[in-house]
Amino acid sequence: MKDLTFDFFVVPFALALIALLGILAVKYSGWIRGFSSEDKNLMRKGIFSVKSLYALKEVFTESLLHRKMFKRNILLGYMHMSFAFGWFLLILTGNIESRIYSRVHINPPYYPIFLKYFVHDKRVLTFELTSVPGIFRFLMDLILFMLLSGLVLALIKRARSNWFGLKRTTRHTVFDRTAITALWLIFPLRLLAESFTAGQYLGGGFLTNNLGRLFANFLPVEYLSYPTWWAYSIMLGIFFITLPYSRFMHIPTEVLLIFLRNWGIKPSKGSSNISEIEVYSCPRCGVCLDACPVYAVKQNSTPPVYFLQTVRNNKIKENVTFDCLLCGKCQEYCPIGIHNNALRISQRAAFFNNSNGSFDYLPQPLIRKADVAYFAGCMSHLTPSIKKSMLSVFTKAGIDYNFLDADGSICCGRPLIMAGKEKQARLLREHNRNLIIGSSCKVLVTSCPICNKVFKEDYNLNIEVLHHTQYLLRLVEEGKLNMVKSARKVVYHDPCELGRGSGIYEEPRILISKIAELIPGANERTDSICCGGSLGNTEISSGKRHEIKNLAIESLLINQPEIIVTACPLCKKTLQNDTEIQVADISEIVVGALAKNEPATTHQKMEINPVLW
Amino acid sequence: MIDFGYNINADRQIDYDRNDRRLARYILEHEPTFRICISCGTCTATCSAGNFTYLNLREMIVLIKRGEAKNIKSDIEKCMLCGKCQLACPRGVNTRNIILTINRAIERLDF
Repeated sequence: MKDLTFDFFVVPFALALIALLGILAVKYSGWIRGFSSEDKNLMRKGIFSVKSLYALKEVFTESLLHRKMFKRNILLGYMHMSFAFGWFLLILTGNIESRIYSRVHINPPYYPIFLKYFVHDKRVLTFELTSVPGIFRFLMDLILFMLLSGLVLALIKRARSNWFGLKRTTRHTVFDRTAITALWLIFPLRLLAESFTAGQYLGGGFLTNNLGRLFANFLPVEYLSYPTWWAYSIMLGIFFITLPYSRFMHIPTEVLLIFLRNWGIKPSKGSSNISEIEVYSCPRCGVCLDACPVYAVKQNSTPPVYFLQTVRNNKIKENVTFDCLLCGKCQEYCPIGIHNNALRISQRAAFFNNSNGSFDYLPQPLIRKADVAYFAGCMSHLTPSIKKSMLSVFTKAGIDYNFLDADGSICCGRPLIMAGKEKQARLLREHNRNLIIGSSCKVLVTSCPICNKVFKEDYNLNIEVLHHTQYLLRLVEEGKLNMVKSARKVVYHDPCELGRGSGIYEEPRILISKIAELIPGANERTDSICCGGSLGNTEISSGKRHEIKNLAIESLLINQPEIIVTACPLCKKTLQNDTEIQVADISEIVVGALAKNEPATTHQKMEINPVLW
Repeated sequence: MIDFGYNINADRQIDYDRNDRRLARYILEHEPTFRICISCGTCTATCSAGNFTYLNLREMIVLIKRGEAKNIKSDIEKCMLCGKCQLACPRGVNTRNIILTINRAIERLDF
């Protein structure tokens, strides 16, 4: 028996594997060939550098062990890890085991997979861990047991997804369903095939040996063994053939993505091949569904998982593309870290092929030089108490500032980018850039997180860009503002563009703690809910915006605060109309907390009475 | 002809049958809140671009509904999509999407 190394049942597996490798080779080489020369350069430099080691480490921790999933939910993490890491171990240990039995060290790829059919080592008993082959038999059964435990959990997840931290699960395509059925059958079939063979010839580990002997008592294992090996091979074949057309394409593509990211290749403005690789890396796990506020208020095809599916199938729908708040919560939840916002924006751009725009009507501004430049932004002009508070603070702290958009606002350009009109946004950027550079400022302070993000990321200014939360905290820490702490309970709402967009979570919290008692809301930091007012979504109805806003308010009011404080004029304006309690911007409460014995500034006398402190 | 100091004005009747209402129909189809605009002009009053140029969304909406939007292409290009009009609108009209829909309509309907 030891010499047997081939049977016709390996053909379905072998052919499917060759087909799969062929399809992947064509797809991947196509993507990589389509990279820009800059990206190809990054690849060349990255391959033989330490970055590849970091990538390997990430593949191990994320693709195999699923660290991020474990963080979200232990059951979900274990379920997925048992499949991914379990299968990996099965292949690895199986290969080592097969070397022990084979006379040559190069085996055909199917040999380790169907090893127990080819090799019947009767010498080794069930729990004999004293010999090397015995240890391997034990290990292989243990790994198979781990895989089967994952399968049981996967079946439970179908009925009780909330145990796995998922409120909702995804709808799947025909290919997805075929592939998952094959995947779920692979391991029980392997168990049966090995058990029947063990029942027939003895051998096997603690699982297959015992089960085999049990089956041999009442089943004709000598007739069942061979067809089960066929069934096992066919299931493997079906899985491999459907893999490139199903959600399971994420398995190989995610590994490629991790390497490319570690080499420094990022999604650029407009569509790029790395974005396409991200699309194929989406496992349609549905974690983004629970994150998506738009999905929370209506059952539709808006969330990333379905949007990415439309991109992958080339069936992009205009309304789906634009029906997203770009709040970025899905990105934080996504175990793969797919840049959903960048993808969405690049797809939006495809709808404006011929769009023109000319902003040459904008007046040439009178530039005054100052240490600090202040850009209030459109939304702050609609919530004047914010800009007035900031001007008051500047005056009180004795700052030499220049109010860049004092005479009516000029948009920063980010709303145009969000709508997919990058070309036009560039024109606005040029105008504003001249204004900022001309003012020779060292620090640019913005009140609107939307402006803050675009100034930092797209303007290439080479000066410090701070949101007013950061700047106010700096002034307080430098002792330029003298504040009195109150005992009022304050909850902080993280604006999407400031928190998830720019990573500013701590500064507003430190600042509020110096002024009042900061109490937590239900959804904090990366988990915060969009206020619904986002400029990212052009499709959503005002009714749905209202529902999202209510979700955000509900989450904020959970610990009965006295004031909701936010750091975005848009959030302030959106939230304040629907709460009985006061909504204030962080700059307003700073002004409210300034020591009263100091002389009031002109701004304070005139118009600031925003926060009843 | 003797000039008596009078002249005859051009016909100012709005002829819905003759006017080109394709754009209005297209916008209604893609952004239903176009229907609920009451032409109050809040959008125009708050418009960032309107601060520097003769961009008037209120007028534009009225003219589109009548089928008389002639300068729509050059006007709409001036919009910065900043979203102030939408935030200020008392009726919840999705003005940003109306502007984007006009953009698409210009491309698709060949205005």
